[in-house]
Amino acid sequence: MLKDLMKCIREYKKASLQAPVLVSLEVVMECIIPFIISRLVNEIKAGCGFSVIVSYGALLAGMATLSLIFGIGAGNACSTASCGFAKNLRKDMFYNIQEFSFANIDKFSTSSLVTRLTTDVSNVQLAYMMIVRTAIRCPLMLVFAFVMAFVMGGRMAVIFLLVIPVLAVGLGLVIKNAMPLFKRVFRKYDRLNASIQENIKGMRVVKSYNREVFEQEKFGLAADDVCMDFTRAEKILAFNHPLMQFCLYSVMIFVLYFGSYTIITSRGLDLDVGQFSALLTYNFQILSSLMMLSMVFVMITMASESARRIAEVLDEKSSLANPENPVYEVKDGSIDFENVSFKYSEKADKMALSDINLHIRSGQTIGIIGGTGSSKSSLIQLISRLYDATEGTVKVGGRDVREYDLDTLRNQVAVVLQKNVLFSGTIKENLRWGNKEATDEEMKAACELAQADEFIMRLPKQYDTYIEQGGSNVSGGQKQRLCIARALLKKPKVLILDDSTSAVDTRTDSLIRKGFKEYIPETTKIIIAQRISSVQEADRIIVMDGGRIVDFGTHEELMKSSEIYQEVYESQNKAGDQDEK
Amino acid sequence: MNPRIRQVIRMKNKKTAKKGTAWRLIKTVFEFYPVMMPVVLVCVVINAVVSSIPAVFQQNIIALVEKSWKTGDWGAVSGTIARWVATLLILYIISLSASFAFNRMMATVTQGSLKKFREKMFNKMQTLPVKYFDTHNHGDIMSHYTNDIDTLRQMISQSFIQLLVSGIMVTTVFCIMIYYCLWLTIVVLAGIGCMFIITKKVGGKSTRYFIRQQEALGNVEGYVEEMMNGQKVVKVFCHEEETKADFDRINEELFHEAETANKYANTLGPILNNVGNILYVVVAVAGGILLLLNVPNVSLSGKALGISIVVPFLNMTKQFAGNINQVSQQINAVVMGLAGASRIFDLLDQEAEPDNGYVTLVNAKEENGVLTESSERTGIWAWKHPHTADGTVTYQRLEGEVQLFDVDFGYVPEKTVLHDISLVAQPGQKFAFVGATGAGKTTITNLINRFYDIADGKIRYDGININKIKKADLRRSLGIVLQDTNLFTGTVMDNIRYGRLDATDEECRSAARLAGADSFITRLPEGYDTMLTGNGSNLSQGQRQLLAIARAAVADPPVMILDEATASIDTRTEAIVQRGMDALMKGRTVFVIAHRLSTVRNSDMIIVLEQGSIIERGSHDELIARKGKYYQLYTGAFELE
Repeated sequence: MLKDLMKCIREYKKASLQAPVLVSLEVVMECIIPFIISRLVNEIKAGCGFSVIVSYGALLAGMATLSLIFGIGAGNACSTASCGFAKNLRKDMFYNIQEFSFANIDKFSTSSLVTRLTTDVSNVQLAYMMIVRTAIRCPLMLVFAFVMAFVMGGRMAVIFLLVIPVLAVGLGLVIKNAMPLFKRVFRKYDRLNASIQENIKGMRVVKSYNREVFEQEKFGLAADDVCMDFTRAEKILAFNHPLMQFCLYSVMIFVLYFGSYTIITSRGLDLDVGQFSALLTYNFQILSSLMMLSMVFVMITMASESARRIAEVLDEKSSLANPENPVYEVKDGSIDFENVSFKYSEKADKMALSDINLHIRSGQTIGIIGGTGSSKSSLIQLISRLYDATEGTVKVGGRDVREYDLDTLRNQVAVVLQKNVLFSGTIKENLRWGNKEATDEEMKAACELAQADEFIMRLPKQYDTYIEQGGSNVSGGQKQRLCIARALLKKPKVLILDDSTSAVDTRTDSLIRKGFKEYIPETTKIIIAQRISSVQEADRIIVMDGGRIVDFGTHEELMKSSEIYQEVYESQNKAGDQDEK
Repeated sequence: MNPRIRQVIRMKNKKTAKKGTAWRLIKTVFEFYPVMMPVVLVCVVINAVVSSIPAVFQQNIIALVEKSWKTGDWGAVSGTIARWVATLLILYIISLSASFAFNRMMATVTQGSLKKFREKMFNKMQTLPVKYFDTHNHGDIMSHYTNDIDTLRQMISQSFIQLLVSGIMVTTVFCIMIYYCLWLTIVVLAGIGCMFIITKKVGGKSTRYFIRQQEALGNVEGYVEEMMNGQKVVKVFCHEEETKADFDRINEELFHEAETANKYANTLGPILNNVGNILYVVVAVAGGILLLLNVPNVSLSGKALGISIVVPFLNMTKQFAGNINQVSQQINAVVMGLAGASRIFDLLDQEAEPDNGYVTLVNAKEENGVLTESSERTGIWAWKHPHTADGTVTYQRLEGEVQLFDVDFGYVPEKTVLHDISLVAQPGQKFAFVGATGAGKTTITNLINRFYDIADGKIRYDGININKIKKADLRRSLGIVLQDTNLFTGTVMDNIRYGRLDATDEECRSAARLAGADSFITRLPEGYDTMLTGNGSNLSQGQRQLLAIARAAVADPPVMILDEATASIDTRTEAIVQRGMDALMKGRTVFVIAHRLSTVRNSDMIIVLEQGSIIERGSHDELIARKGKYYQLYTGAFELE
């Protein structure tokens, strides 16, 4: 896990290394400064001349300046390192997501991917900054202060050897006890937030059923639970500060008493007053370093959950790969399914498609009819290799789809998805998704074919009209027609419409189909629809039920032979027939 | 709701805090913990004061040692030193106890306050009108619970105490300084002045960039969300490279803002630290000069200037500077925390849904033709109508008649979306609304159950003006099934029972059978005990709608509103479900909204809406015969959405 994350440091390796080096230099300065000061104190005490004080002052000012430079350098380097690292994490995740196959996409929910790219990265960024900065600074500080304390205080410094283990064990216990609690409670916290989201989304239901109080009570219980665990964990963390104060105070008392004793009994030989006060300073430094170190540990452990979630995305390998010697040309729009079975995940025990054998000639128009859950969409998604068949082969233009270059295949087999989206941008920008180099004339032609040109021309800015996120400022039918135009711009050999005209009125719907027949006769057209009228004139119609093709024939044939087809037909036309009579 | 309307009303997400937020936050936390907070304060003060006093004893001891180290006579001073050390010991014990106590209590206060804020927000949220949720982005509401609460945590648990401790420490140390030597105090103060200016300059910059970083982060979030939602489309169009390039651009922007913000924040520490160091040197030099020149001391203690004063002064300088540094580290947390608190208070200050209704719905029984209130569930419901004029109470049987008279309505005052709507739905009638998106179909149902209040006109339920009916009782008498089905985390059974909390398992089951949901539920791995999570993501859209219908069935309301309730069920399945639906609708007043005309065909009355006005009404046969808009829609000459 760590290795995957580390890979993202890349160009910020320099800054990541610079930071600790500069921090170390800063620490050296910070440790030497009190040493020099104690010398100065001694000199003053000894009644040195004014010039000595000034020269010491100059030395100290110089060192402070150096320390400042190192400090700023370190601060800058670690900002660059941590923010750069975060940037690369986001970039790598986003890039990897772009390589995801449909199967990969199904695995992660949109909201979880968004959280991983934002909150989780921010957590890791913060922890990384701490690591680069404090994790090096603290141990170093500790060692320096320690050495100095021994140099200065001699035997007196032994007290640290007694206190530090106490502190270390204490902090260790705190972390050991608090961490599992934190891990657990963060999961509960996520669930709590998920339930809030559920409540916000379902507010109309809550209000319709007067469940406000019920929801409040439910939330109260969950919030109590989270609060209790958090409080317990934080109460354990609350030992940190008093513990460190306890150690600090013990050392103080010891040094003050025995220090005075040593100075006086040895007449300043074993310890002098300057060393005495330096010891007190180092005492503070040593213990606060330990304290900070423990906080860093806590931070890192808290961020590790985020790191794991990020690594999960980075590790996800696309389940579809380009073949080694891909074919870059699709000969024609013929489609063949040979003994194809398919399930969405290996673990699924139910096949989404079973025993599909199907042969479609180039240029044919094929309709697909079937109830919800009959796997109509699954069938067509295999054609442009959005998923790979579990068993059997799917062929386009006479070759196995797995032999084609993915981009080539998907540009030649255009799918207008059921859950389609437009992106924020002008109509032109959205259309250019189909073909980057499309000219205005080509776009207009595609829109005319999709019956979209007429309404676009009525918009105030026509083709430059800005589409809001998700296409929320055009109606459902208009959106569908734009999506069809976008796919037409690819000039594909196979065009698949997955329930793409459901919000379009029947008249326009038939105009679109008529256009297809007239202007793109060579293109194989596959139309999934709920309405019989959308597929009625197709060359042949596939009737699906429970993942199988149950009937395949023309409208007339099916009206005679297919029970399901008749039922669907009747459910849509019964009353209409009566009116005509 | 129309996203354009949402944009009009949508509040700008404020990035900075309102005035008075800090005070209100402190006050609120005190109100949460009226006993504990003062105790915490006392402990904090004790700890801070007590931990600055030892400097005095420390310096006394050093002074004594300094005076007598040459004598080598331990016995002469040991008594005094032992006494001082003992005093120190007591002080330390007090400080430790105080520190331990307030740290533990703060854990409770912090988490408890966060919980109470969460609960307050959630409880408030339940009382807000639907309008609030229609006009606020759900992500923004959510961020009150996540981002804003997180900034508060930092604020309450750390900044709060840190500022207090530092304030007390600085004051105490300052007093001690004056006690010893005025001259050196002035030197220290000058240095502190510098530190303040630096903090304001550098810290201010860093805060500004942190706010910009938040905005850049918002951009990344928005972009990622849009792209993740359309990821499959990106794949189908082989648009990965362009998407990457766009992402790189905004990611780079975020990097730049974040880097700058952190650079300022990170350099503030070293700058202040070393200004502290230099101050240390300056104090040492100044002390030396004062000693050399034998400048007469000015102080509260009246002591003469000596090494025993200069040495502790140096320590105090360090302490002073350290505290300023600590405070400066909290600046970003404080600014962000206050902005978060301000947004939370905004939510808490939202006006709750008003409810001036006084007519309530009660169980009733009929004896000799007279309705009386009953404490048990009788199956008969009555409106309880208290009359303030003469103090009497009348009961009226719940029938389910709904009348609208000349209703006008607009989501925003400037834009009326319904004009002069009048209709009468008799008990047991099936009413259908047909029309394009935005014609006002859903809006009418929003008015009947008072999600929104009408601007002009009257709506009567069983002849009672709905403004007089308590909202909870009005809604209890109406069942709603919406197009976007919302299920809650819990078992299938829990979800059905949501319609009526005291329904037995058997009642829930028979409701499911009525809705035609029973057959798929029993095929689920654990039947009615199957857990549903993530809005029932393990069910198909059609199955979720069937569950929503079962939920409405168990509530057994006299009036039902079905807003595109069967839109996601294919026509063949719908035909199968239809029997259940017919059974469900029997004996109830039903309002149906559907764009699939096969669904509305058998209604008693079909209302065709266009741009907020009723343009046609009548039964299917009448409307077809009229050859108007409905006829055109039905024959496919017009597009609905």
